[in-house]
Amino acid sequence: MDFTYTLAIIGLPFITFLILGLLHNKLSHKLAGIIGSSSLGISFILSCITAYFYFFKYGKIDGAYQKIEAFNITWLQLTDQLHIDMGILLDPISVMMLMVVTTVSLMVHIYSTGYMHGETGFNRFFAFLSLFSFSMLGLVVATNLFQMYIFWELVGVSSFLLIGYYYEKPSAVAASKKAFITTRFADLGFLIGILLLSFYTGTFDFFELTKTNGHELAMTMPAGTSFLGLSIVSWALILIFMGGAGKSAMFPLHIWLPDAMEGPTPVSALIHAATMVVAGVYLVARLFPVYVLEAPDALTVVMWVGAFSALFAAIIACTQFDIKRVLAFSTMSQIGYMMLALGVSHYGDHEGLGFMASMFHLTTHAMFKALLFLGAGSIIHAVHSNSMLDMGGLKKYMPITFITFGIAWLAICGFPGLSGFFSKDEILAAAYHHNKVVFYIAVLVAGLTAFYMSRLFFSIFFGKTQHYHHTPHESPASMTIPLIILAIFATFAGYIPFHDLITSDGRPFEAHIDWAIAIPVTLLAFGGMALAFAFYFKPSTMPDKIAASLKGVYTTIYRKFYIDEVYLFVTQKILFNIVSQSIAWFDRHIIDATMDGFATVTNYASESIKELQSGQIQKYGFVFISGVFVFAFILIYVFVY
Amino acid sequence: MIEGIDITHILIVSTCMFFIGVYGFLVRRNLITILMATELILNAVSINFVVLNKFIYPDVLQGYMFSVFIIAIAAAEAAVAIAIIINVYRRYRTINVENVHDMKY
Repeated sequence: MDFTYTLAIIGLPFITFLILGLLHNKLSHKLAGIIGSSSLGISFILSCITAYFYFFKYGKIDGAYQKIEAFNITWLQLTDQLHIDMGILLDPISVMMLMVVTTVSLMVHIYSTGYMHGETGFNRFFAFLSLFSFSMLGLVVATNLFQMYIFWELVGVSSFLLIGYYYEKPSAVAASKKAFITTRFADLGFLIGILLLSFYTGTFDFFELTKTNGHELAMTMPAGTSFLGLSIVSWALILIFMGGAGKSAMFPLHIWLPDAMEGPTPVSALIHAATMVVAGVYLVARLFPVYVLEAPDALTVVMWVGAFSALFAAIIACTQFDIKRVLAFSTMSQIGYMMLALGVSHYGDHEGLGFMASMFHLTTHAMFKALLFLGAGSIIHAVHSNSMLDMGGLKKYMPITFITFGIAWLAICGFPGLSGFFSKDEILAAAYHHNKVVFYIAVLVAGLTAFYMSRLFFSIFFGKTQHYHHTPHESPASMTIPLIILAIFATFAGYIPFHDLITSDGRPFEAHIDWAIAIPVTLLAFGGMALAFAFYFKPSTMPDKIAASLKGVYTTIYRKFYIDEVYLFVTQKILFNIVSQSIAWFDRHIIDATMDGFATVTNYASESIKELQSGQIQKYGFVFISGVFVFAFILIYVFVY
Repeated sequence: MIEGIDITHILIVSTCMFFIGVYGFLVRRNLITILMATELILNAVSINFVVLNKFIYPDVLQGYMFSVFIIAIAAAEAAVAIAIIINVYRRYRTINVENVHDMKY
């Protein structure tokens, strides 16, 4: 089976980006919206076809899903062995990501035609959306680490452009800078990791790297060499994970994600909830055989970072009032979940449950979180505010948003029968079998998630009905249709048999709901929902009283544990004041002064000798003839005497 | 051969003419005088060609031919130089070279 047509999945958004970008002030908004959405629509259909052929027709050989190279060109030949390729790699996770990215992206495109209606930068917005889709699709199908790194940076750029979409707003500009610099800093680790890994293995290629027959990779690594007690391959993979942690907003590189909510809401749904932020998870999953077989230490790091981020973000989310920020912290928490699941996984068969669960949760989370964000966008569109204090009683004004948001809320809380329930249960089951501490953290996070999401839900749609300046109204069809479609996905994505399709070694295994875990956790989630119901369903003073009684703790959490302040302190006070200032002094007073000195000397010298060049031919003649006389006398003296 | 006049005498005359020309070229500030000094130099060279040809290689004609060329070039040069001098005068109302310094530096 020839999969070359998959090139079009990636190529179409890029062409659309060029068209919209170059003709952005020639095209009408309507046409731009149609071009953007329809090209993504075609990509989506092609992805569906690819997924069908891959999963059900040609992907499986001898009972295991194979990696298929659909397209490959050598781009840079560095040495005989080491070369950077550009290509398309199809395997279960990349095909799954193609589906997730194109689905969410298509929904967001359609939604944006309504949400961004009348904005002056409408065409620019769609051009950037296409650029993002292109980059993200290029990232997921990368055949080698370096191609992934290139597209990794491209998604960073498109994220930067889209967060800073409202570039008149200083806060948006600051947020886009913060996001870019933070992720760029993390990518430094990624790059060093790539270089370390490729230096010792001599390849960037995923085919080579993820070969699992025997520990070939470990052989090529200098076995005895270690640094701070970890082998080189562990260090390389930890550094690569650092890039993933930056992109996926894992503690302590998470600071950009809440601020990234300055971007338009569809962007938050697409980039900062469903696709780009899970790139880190995808990266670890892509290199999973290397992690699990060669560097279990690095995988332990992944696990703890994921578990800690999940808990950390869930706690903060309970106190925030900006609905998009609550969702941002929720995203961070859920991604922590996925990382945790990868961290507790082993390789092959039922041992690889964590890997499957992580990918499963990635998919279901993409659906319900995109839905939550788009629903939030619909609410913000109606209320013109981000703060849940300005909302309440919206149920009767926005029925479709209410129902679809409600489905997403139940899905993320793990309500039985909805998608989140299944994927979360798999993660918990995997954690339970591997590490009890992580398991209890995950259970706690599940309870917290149910609480803060219910708090959000009840505050928006129930609670005290606010006095609105103008009556909120339901959003137009272009916005509600994607909501409905995503609600359907969010409901039924849990029934996809992931254990048959996406497993750590490509071979299906038997997995079933572990009721011994599912029932207590679901009860805990119900407890969280009930607590939120008691606090927020009817206007109540209880939350304020509790917050007041825990003043110090509450403020600390509300201020996000002062992590931003710590960063500011380190960068402004230490880096800028001490390091940068002294370097700047050196630059101004030593390097610049040296250069200025050269210039001054040259200038002075030329001032003093410029009189010689008077332009008076007679003076030149005089000099010339004097010279002739001098030489003549010398010659006469030499030859005659 | 010119009776009673040795080649040395003629060469002394031409050398004197040459250095008078050089001196005039260097010290004069009037463009016309400078031009005249240049003519002196040229004529001195011309005399040298003729004399050396006559006294040393009497049976060839190159020296004479060269002096004819030099006279022709001197005429053309004088025409061009005077044209320039007239233009300089029109522009600056002077033909003193020290006052003509717009293209200095």
